[in-house]
Formats: sequence, C-alpha cells, structure tokens
Amino acid sequence: MDTAVLIQSGLTAPILVPLIGALLAFVIRRWASPIGLLSVAALLGAVILQVPELIADGPQRLAVGGWGAPLGVDLYADGLSIAMLLMTAVVGLGISLYAAACFRGTPARGQAFWPLWLLLLTALNALFLSADIFNLYVTLEILGLSAVALTAIVGGADALVGAMRYLLVSLLGSLAYLLGVALLYHAYGTVDIALLAERIDAEPAAWAAMGLMSAGLMLKTALFPLHFWLPPAHASAAAPVSAALSALVVKGSFYLLVRFWVELFGEIAGGVATLLGLLGAAAILWGSIQALVQTRLKLLIAYSTVAQIGYLFLAFPLAVGSGIMAWSGVLYLALSHALAKAAMFLVAGNLLRFGGHDRIADLDRVVQRLPLSMAAFALAGVSIMGLPPSGGFVGKWLLLESALTQGRWGWAIVIILGGVLAATYVFKVVGYAFTQSENPHQAQPVPATMEWVAFALAVAAVLMGLIVSQPLALFEIGNPFRIRTELAAP
Amino acid sequence: MTLNAWVPLLVLCSSLVPGLLIFGLDESRVRLRTRLNLAGALTKLALVGVMLWGVAHGHTYEIRITFLPGLDLALRAGPLALLFLVLSSLLWLVTTIYAIGYLEGSPHRSRFFGFFSLCVTATVGVAMAADMLTFLLFYEMLTLATYPLVVHRGTEVARRAGQVYLAYTIGGGALMLLGIVWLYTLTGTLEFTPRGFVSELDSSHHPALILIFVFLITGLGVKAALIPLHAWLPMAMVAPAPVSALLHAVAVVKAGAFGIVRVVYEVFGVEFSALLGVMLPLAILAAATIIYGSLRAIFQDDLKRRLAFSTVSQVSYIVLGVAIASPIATVGGLVHLVHQGLMKITLFFCAGNLAETLGIHKVSEMNGVGRRMPWTMAAFTVAAFGMIGAPPVAGFITKWYLGLGALDAGQHWVLVVLAASSLLNAAYFLPILHAAWFREPPATWPEERDFGRRETARALLWPPLITALAAVLAGLFAAMPFSPLEWARFIAEQEFRRP
Repeated sequence: MDTAVLIQSGLTAPILVPLIGALLAFVIRRWASPIGLLSVAALLGAVILQVPELIADGPQRLAVGGWGAPLGVDLYADGLSIAMLLMTAVVGLGISLYAAACFRGTPARGQAFWPLWLLLLTALNALFLSADIFNLYVTLEILGLSAVALTAIVGGADALVGAMRYLLVSLLGSLAYLLGVALLYHAYGTVDIALLAERIDAEPAAWAAMGLMSAGLMLKTALFPLHFWLPPAHASAAAPVSAALSALVVKGSFYLLVRFWVELFGEIAGGVATLLGLLGAAAILWGSIQALVQTRLKLLIAYSTVAQIGYLFLAFPLAVGSGIMAWSGVLYLALSHALAKAAMFLVAGNLLRFGGHDRIADLDRVVQRLPLSMAAFALAGVSIMGLPPSGGFVGKWLLLESALTQGRWGWAIVIILGGVLAATYVFKVVGYAFTQSENPHQAQPVPATMEWVAFALAVAAVLMGLIVSQPLALFEIGNPFRIRTELAAP
Repeated sequence: MTLNAWVPLLVLCSSLVPGLLIFGLDESRVRLRTRLNLAGALTKLALVGVMLWGVAHGHTYEIRITFLPGLDLALRAGPLALLFLVLSSLLWLVTTIYAIGYLEGSPHRSRFFGFFSLCVTATVGVAMAADMLTFLLFYEMLTLATYPLVVHRGTEVARRAGQVYLAYTIGGGALMLLGIVWLYTLTGTLEFTPRGFVSELDSSHHPALILIFVFLITGLGVKAALIPLHAWLPMAMVAPAPVSALLHAVAVVKAGAFGIVRVVYEVFGVEFSALLGVMLPLAILAAATIIYGSLRAIFQDDLKRRLAFSTVSQVSYIVLGVAIASPIATVGGLVHLVHQGLMKITLFFCAGNLAETLGIHKVSEMNGVGRRMPWTMAAFTVAAFGMIGAPPVAGFITKWYLGLGALDAGQHWVLVVLAASSLLNAAYFLPILHAAWFREPPATWPEERDFGRRETARALLWPPLITALAAVLAGLFAAMPFSPLEWARFIAEQEFRRP
C-alpha cells in the first residue's frame, strides 16, 4: 500500500490517529494515559480540520492505495459521516479526560482500558468512513470485540456475565450481517455501496440480504425486542465504558442501518419502514417504563438508552413522506443523545464513587454534596426528555413537525408520550437527590475533572438546542439522505 | 442592531447572571450574595422602567435569533409584555428582600437564590416572548427552575409535592408542544400578532383550530390552576413562604394566566375565538374555577392552603375577563394580573411572618394575633379587603370592570358569579380578620421568636407593607397615567378592532 497517499489525505487521519495511539498505549504501558489523551485530542483536531474542506468541496472519496472500487478499499465522507465523526471525537475526548481521572487510582485497569478504547475509536471512525459492506463487517467486528473487552475490565461476576452475553450477541449480529454481505456479493458481484445501489433490485436475494443485515444491525443497536443484552452490559461496565457504549457504540450500527436504508434497501423494502417504526415506538414505551421501575441508577440510564434508540427508528416511516426533516431530526437526536447520555453515565460513575452504591432511593442529598454532578444530570435530563432549549428538543420538534405535516398522529403521540415518561424517570432521580437517606454512608471524594467533564458534556447537549442551523447545514452536505430535488441531484 | 434591541436581552441577563454567579458562591458569603441579588433586581427594574417609557413613546425593543430555518426565537417588549414585566420586576425586588430576611440562617441559600433568580429570568422571558416557541422555551424553563424551590426543604413531603407539581406541569407542557407544532404546520408562523394570526385559515381547518386551542389552554391552564388542573398548587405549599409568594403572585400561576391572554388575543384573536365558539366554554370554566376555589378555601384550616385555594379562584378572574370578549372586561382581566399579584403577595408575606415569628400555621391559631403583630395584620387586612373587592383597594377596580364588561357583552350570568364570589371571599377572609382583631390572644404562641421591640424582623415587615400600600394606591390612583388600569386600557385598545 502506498503510504504517501494514505498520509496525504486527511480522511484517513480519524482512523490512523487512534490506531497508532492504541498500538503505542499497548506497547508503552506506563504512558498509556497521556498517549490516549493526546491521541483523542489529535483525533478531534483532525476531524474538525475536515469540516471546512467538506463545506468547500462537498463529499470526498478516497481510494486507499489507488485501487478504487470495485477492487480496492474506498473511504467516503459526506455530511452524515462527518457529523458522526465529530460526535465520536467530542464525546470521546470527554470520556478520555474522565477515564484518565477515574483510573488514576487503579493503574492496571487504566492500562487495559486505553488500548481497547483507542481501538474502539479506530473501529468506529473506520465504520463511519468505509464505503464497502465487507470493510464495514471488519469494522463492526473490531468494534464489537473491543466493546466487549472494555465491558469486562472492571472484573466481578456482574460485569463478566454482562460481557459474555454482549459477546454472544455481538458475534451473532456480525454473523447475520456477514451472511447478508455474502448474499449481496454473490448476487451482484460487488461489495461497494455505490455500485450495489445501482445494481440492486427487488428480488429474493436482496430481500434476504436486507433481512439478515438489518436483523444483525438491529441486534447490535439493541432495538426492542432485541435490547435484552444492553441493560446488563451497559450497567455493569465502568463509568467511562458505559458512557462510550451507550453514547457511541450503538450509534455505529444505527448509522449503518440508515446508510443501507437510504442507499440500498429503502426502495425495495415495502412495509418494513412501518415495522421499524413500530418497533421503535415499542422501544420508547417499554424502555421508558422499564427505566421508571428501576431502583438502580445505572440500570435506569441503560433502559433510557433503550427508549432513546427507539426514537431513532421513527425516522424510517416518517422519512417516507417528509424526507430530510425526519432524518435531520433523528440525526439531531442521535448526536444530542450521545452528549447527554455520556454525561448521565459519567454522573452515575461519580455518584457510585461518592456513595459506593447507585440505589436511587438512597442518593442522600447529593444535590447539595455533589452539586455540579447533579446539575450535569439535570441538564442532560433536559435534553433526554426533549425540553427546550436542548438538542433533544430540536430533534423532537423536527420529528413532530414531520409527523404532523403528514397527519400521522400515532407517531406524534408516541413522541410526546416518550418525552413525558423520560421526564418522569429523570425527575425520579432528581427528587431523591434532595432527600435524606435512611441509610447514610461514608462519602468518598470525587476528582473535580470527573465532575466538570460530565457537566461540560451536558451543557453541550443543551447548547445544541441554541446553535441549530450550522449542524443542520452540515448534515446536508453531499445529500446523504438522497433527497430528490432539482438542486440536490448529484 | 440598534441599542434598543439589546435591552430585552439585558433584562434577561440582569437576573440570569447574578443567578449563575450565586450558584458558585459559598454558603457563608451572605453579604456578596445579598448584593448580587439586589443589584440584579434593581438593574432589572431600571431597565424595565426605561422600556416602559420607551414603549409609551412608540419605541420598539426586539431581538431575534434564527432557531430553525423559517422559525426564530425572539424577545419583544410590547405593551402587554410590559404589564407583566413591571409587575414581576417590582415584586421580584420586594420578594428578594423578604426572602433574604426569611431564610436568614437557614441552609442551602446559595442554591435557593440561584434558582430564585432563574425563576425570575424565565418569568421575564415568558413576558417578552414574541412568539409561541420562545414562550414555550421560557415556560418550560420556569417549570424546571421552580422544581428545586418546591422541594427545597428536602423532606419526603416536599419530594412528593415536587413530583405532583412536575406531573401536572410536564404533562401540560407536552400538550402545549403538540398544539404548537400542529399550529405551526398549519400556519407556518408562530409570531404573536395583535388580533391573532390564524383567522385567515380556511374554514375546513376550524375543527383543528378548536383542538389546538384546547391543547394550548390545557397546557397553560395547568399553571394557571384552572379546575380540574389545580391540584398541584395547594400541595406545593410545602415550599418556603417566599417561594409560595413567587409561585402565586409573580411567576408560575401568572405565567399560565398570561399565556392564556397571549393565546386568546395574539394567536387566535378575540373576535376569531368567539367565532370558533371557544370563548363561552372558557368563561364557564373560569367561572366554575372561581366558585370552586372559593368554596374549597372556606374549609381549609391551614392558612397557606386557604390562600392557595384563594389563588385558584382569583387567577381565574383574569381568564374570565379575557373570555367575556368585551373590551371593558379585557381591561378588568388584564389589570387583575397586576392587582391579584400585589394583593396575593401581601397575604403570603403576612402568612410567612406569622409562621416565622409566632409559629402560626393554622387559621384556628390566629386568635388575637392582631394585637401581637398589628402592622403585619394591617397589611393582611388591606389585602383581604382587596380580594373581597372593597373599594378603594385595587381588587374593587377589577370587579367593577369585569362587571361592566359582562353587561356590555350581554352576559348577565357573570354578575351572579362575581357577586357569589365576593360573598365567598368574605366568608373565608372575614372570620380570619375577626379572629385576629377581636378575639383574645392565647397565653403563649406556638413557637415565638423574640425580635425585641419590633413585632418581627425588619426585612419581613417592610415587604408586605409596601405591597399592601401599592395595592391601595393602584386602586386610588387608577385613573392616573401609567397606573395598571390605564396601561390595561392602552393594551385593550390594540387588541380590539375599532368598530
């Protein structure tokens, strides 16, 4: 492979930077933490540098090694990929800063964490940039394995059971996906998405591939009723890992579902859009109700993720009639959820360290004792329940507008109901943060970094509700959702 | 952007910035916190004064940023906004002084005053919102900012009250959001316009508009405590007295009532609302709330709960004035926004004084309290007579205009409601006054604190005296320029087409 070409294009940086970081952190264990922080900061810089280029020149395609499709490995970036890369880098930096403070007392865990975490970022970024479905399989597999390993680093029975279940699910999902890839390759002789988009037809092979790939990805995204593995895995991991899993990892497989839907399957899917929407609606209601009855904070937050993932799937039926509005809304929800949910899990980590437990009823006046963390939780909650001003509100507004413009009341009511339920479970936690517990406990100090990072992420989720037009414009670069208008034709 | 555009933003910041700074202050920095609070309140009052003068002379104060393509967030200070702004910035100053005295020595004051300032920020945002979306933004912010105040004491009872408060307000807010998005998909704009912006729609949309009206009024009715959405208000009485004062007179309840005024006048328009046939049901609902609130108030022994039910009843005068749909009744409804605020805040201050000084929480403990605390009870008496509607206190002006308006609109049944309500108000206030002034005081009070020669702390005594005086002045000088009544007339002239 010609390394000169690789280095020249900024497009490869989001993959190479964390990859090199992962290798270095693995080799030089004593310096794992600074290496990790440095790589993630460099990653954020590299992604931000891409934005003006993308705005000026439109979507970019890079044939790695100069081979080009259908033989070689192609990278492709448009507004959608950049938005996801930005989300990953920003949230990733927050999680890294947090992890550096969090693992200071337990260097062994930190040394296990950094290489895996950087590898996870590598896989995620490669996933957002790959343009062929086999490459995507590879990224999915690395993503899944590094995520499973990260879940297990805290040790203990809970974490191991959760990680084991996660591993099986992840492998099963990848396997289903790989079968779909094989079918498509057999039928159309290519794995490049753009070429497949030209060749694909409504026929049994395509349908079967769609079913297998979608099912595999839905399992990895934890769409109801395939969500069963998520709460134990997300709730038992260490706080920075939980944050990464809920905020970023599930978005990876969701991103692929959207891409494939827009490029390949949307035209041939028939009623599947409605089915996906219905599962999403069920996820919103079921996840929220489950979150409401939890007595442990981390489980509550994990079920909230199940519910919020449900929102993302409402785009499939709604986009049929309103296109960009529904997609933008969902993308906005995905991004603000990443910020808010990461903040929430980090706060849960703070509370866990502070009180040694995460029983909601025994939070014991944390609002006074850890005010910054509780402020972060509440602000993140504002975005999760979709109250203005917050990124969550913008997303829900767009979804609601798209539902009501089409007169589709069922979806609108689910969107509203999910918000009300979210408010109920968020304020269940906030309410107990004010009261005194009957089981007082010894409090441990929480490093200031851990509090401030959570707070900053939560504030970012709220600010997304005030700075709206720039992200929306970014999403549309390269017309990732294939909206047909005279202007947008490629 | 002209200088004028920044004034609304400065008004917001004059409480937002001190609020955020106070969050960061250590508990012990009492003096700095007090200074920040008072500086913010005085700055806001001065800025509002400037805008009041400007608006009366035809200036406009508006600032906007783009939210979504074609949809702005905007603040604008028009005449209606100023009515509410003047009220809230005046009463904020008084309540801040009172709260500083009331909470002296109690824990978590930085948190309290931080959220207190956020609350007022949200309230002035509600007042100045130039469209439904901005209104919703500040309306929800108000919900969130008051929650920590309601659960401030951190007891299990407070937590429960907080949950109930949220269940109502979040539910109402959700309905409002639905209504607002629906409205937007029909009209493509949410900008408040005198006489409304929906009347141009095709008549096939009228059923949808009626439903939207119901959604919006339900969402607003929660905060305005219209029956059957009022149950949270008496429960929220567990909060400290300055919070109750704030909830009842300045912020939450008023934001609901003010929202109803906005929706009826500047979204739908009075004439168009009447055409849709939604005004009579709204008037009946308001009338029912007036009577029901008063009836429930009679049977409350807890003083703050009695006052809470009185609020339920009194706020609906505003809604009633709006729903009668005559220019004169509108004046009555709008002016009551101010009058009720002045009178009710006085009553809550006095109730707080009784509780803080003597440990009195119940009406049955108030025998002879007039002799022990004459000034407090004098203020209480003035406000109570105002509520009943006795001249020259401000409440009389309200009832006079509501009655005239009802006659003007040919809705004679309203007079019966007004008369009945006055009787009921007398039935729950006069026994208190009688007991306080004419019964023998008990040998010992439940929990007396000694303030030397004064009846209570100075910071607790002055605020109710000031607001009671203001309530009398608003009634006596109702015909002067810049009186609440004259300003309400100024607004009403804009909201009704001249025949």
